[in-house]
Amino acid sequence: MAPIGTLHYLVTAAALFILGVIGVLTRRNVVIVLMSIELILNAVNLNLVAFSRLWGLNGQVFAIFVITDAAAEAAVGLGILIAFFRNKETVNVDEVDLLKW
Amino acid sequence: MLDYITSYLSSDTTPGQAGNVFWAFVYIMVVFGGISVAVMAMNWLERKALAHFQIRLGPMRVGPHGLLQPIADAIKLMTKEDIIPAEADKFVFWIAPLIILCASFAVYIVVPFGPTHAITDLNIGILFMLGVSSLSVLGVVMAGWASNSHYPLIGALRSSAQMVSYEVAMGMAVVSAVLMTSLHGLGPYGVGVGTSGTGTLSMIGIVQAQQEQHVWFLFKFFPLGFIAFGIFAIAMVAETNRAPFDLPEAESELTAGFHTEYSGLRWSLFMLGEYAAMIAVSSIAVTLWLGGWYRPFPNTLTGETWDLVFSLFPGLSFLALAAIAFVGVRRMPKHPYFRVQTIGLAGFGAVLGLIGLILFAPPMRDRVQDIFWFVAKVAGFMYLYIWYRATFPRYRFDQLMKVGWKVLLPIGIGVLILTAVLGVVL
Amino acid sequence: MQQVVQPGMQPVATTFFFYFLSGLTLVSGVFVITRKNPVHSALALIFGLLAQAGLYLMLYAPFVAGVQIILYAGGIMVLFLFVIMLVNIERSQKEEQFNKQWLVGLLAAIALGALFVVVYVKGKNLFPYRIAQPIENSNTQQIGVMLYGQYMFAFEIASLLLLVAIIGAVVMAKKRI
Repeated sequence: MAPIGTLHYLVTAAALFILGVIGVLTRRNVVIVLMSIELILNAVNLNLVAFSRLWGLNGQVFAIFVITDAAAEAAVGLGILIAFFRNKETVNVDEVDLLKW
Repeated sequence: MLDYITSYLSSDTTPGQAGNVFWAFVYIMVVFGGISVAVMAMNWLERKALAHFQIRLGPMRVGPHGLLQPIADAIKLMTKEDIIPAEADKFVFWIAPLIILCASFAVYIVVPFGPTHAITDLNIGILFMLGVSSLSVLGVVMAGWASNSHYPLIGALRSSAQMVSYEVAMGMAVVSAVLMTSLHGLGPYGVGVGTSGTGTLSMIGIVQAQQEQHVWFLFKFFPLGFIAFGIFAIAMVAETNRAPFDLPEAESELTAGFHTEYSGLRWSLFMLGEYAAMIAVSSIAVTLWLGGWYRPFPNTLTGETWDLVFSLFPGLSFLALAAIAFVGVRRMPKHPYFRVQTIGLAGFGAVLGLIGLILFAPPMRDRVQDIFWFVAKVAGFMYLYIWYRATFPRYRFDQLMKVGWKVLLPIGIGVLILTAVLGVVL
Repeated sequence: MQQVVQPGMQPVATTFFFYFLSGLTLVSGVFVITRKNPVHSALALIFGLLAQAGLYLMLYAPFVAGVQIILYAGGIMVLFLFVIMLVNIERSQKEEQFNKQWLVGLLAAIALGALFVVVYVKGKNLFPYRIAQPIENSNTQQIGVMLYGQYMFAFEIASLLLLVAIIGAVVMAKKRI
């Protein structure tokens, strides 16, 4: 087989990204949507670290910042989920329609 | 093939660094077997020591002085019926003890028993250890969730909240110790030329930094190293859910917490994981603050004679254990009912004495030095765990969280800042 | 079996580990988006994150791998599992799992995938197999120097962001403000 180059990692990251996008667009459970967002962030991280092998350590530093960001966003997102669940007793995304026309 | 095996023996690195798969596998098997035996010995020691603290005798019947009790317990647990609660999630129920076990045992990849006696030496060693030991929180949460009943759920939530809180304090203490590896001066208040060295995260590097600075990090920048060690010592007891922080698994509170619904072999996996985690965090503490595998006073009491004196300790300790066994033989009742136990204890004492005599031989003396001092220090910590359990009353959960966040974390941050300031200024 | 990697020569272990780890990541991604039970999805995501840490190690990024295990698998996923336990999911497991517009979403994702394929096929030769920075040993030290030197401002902003997130999460989840 061909030696493992950067392209292999990029294709893996792209596949992971597409899986995350499918999860966000098609699932009804809010928790699983949030987990799909984590998948997307991980795909981006893999891309960054794969490129940092070619072009210096900046990619890895940015990947660390992305992980920190993901932690903050997961915390706030789950806080919103708990607040919403307390009002409506459901975790279905389709029920988030109070502001609909 | 044969020189693949023997070529490692002449190198001076760990098997992982040398890329030698065979020896790495041998080391892994030795460590795995050693930890399993240590867990069983710890089980026996805990019951006997707790009993003697409480002025009673502990297990005396199963073997001479209860020495075969852990084996009997293991057989009992293996032959018990495996009960899974009715509505429990079978896959998660099955995998939770495995996660705790794998997380606790994976830490041993980087634990250094000597300068070349580790499975490997990652250059992010301490980061790896902290990370993998934080994966056991996941196993606890899943065990409580999968049991589908109240007590395990509350126990799992409390236990994981406690573990996550004390991980932060542990991290602060660890960072202070890692900061000290970048200094160059000798002695407790090391004043050296050019103190802006490069620190290291690798476990073997941390121990060697202590050797180069001629001081255990326990005494570095006294009392800062001592306070950092104290924070880590308290946080590691809370991290492994042991007394006095064992509210999540105390019997009078929560009927055994997150492992209530587990029976037989699954429960013994939890116990194995808990004791293995105890030994793992104790080895972190020994590596970071207590000088790892170096004998006491390697730099103040130097020279051939002192080396010789300290190298006699392994043999002497085994001979002391054999002497205690023979004293026990003498005190056994002279009843024919006890004949088998007397012979068993005498045989055990003879085996210990034989090992002690073997360890007096010069080639064994040199090889076993590092491992002996490391294991002796970790054994001291294990005894401290048992002592804490016998002595301290249990913390209430809100007191526990208060100590973790409001006491240990500020002190940890303060120690970190002061260490950094002293490291730059001095 | 030496593990020193030179460009142009690769031991067999690298290929095996790459396919194994990336296969594990992708399979766990599929499990995340298709499981009915959120706890199973979280478990699959944990395995995916650990496999990704392995991929980072293969890319000679040990510090990022360590941070991934500590923060992502050991921190964020614990948070997810806590919330899954606190939120009563029983009823939602019996409901319909996928959206009304699942077909449109799937088609959009496939279009995105086609875009990726076109980009990577056309630009296949832009990514040569060379290694820019020295392999391991001082990775953590170099990242530390960069974080506290070149990216000091971003570092401080990230800590401020975490403070805001902590306060936000506490406020959102309180019963009475």
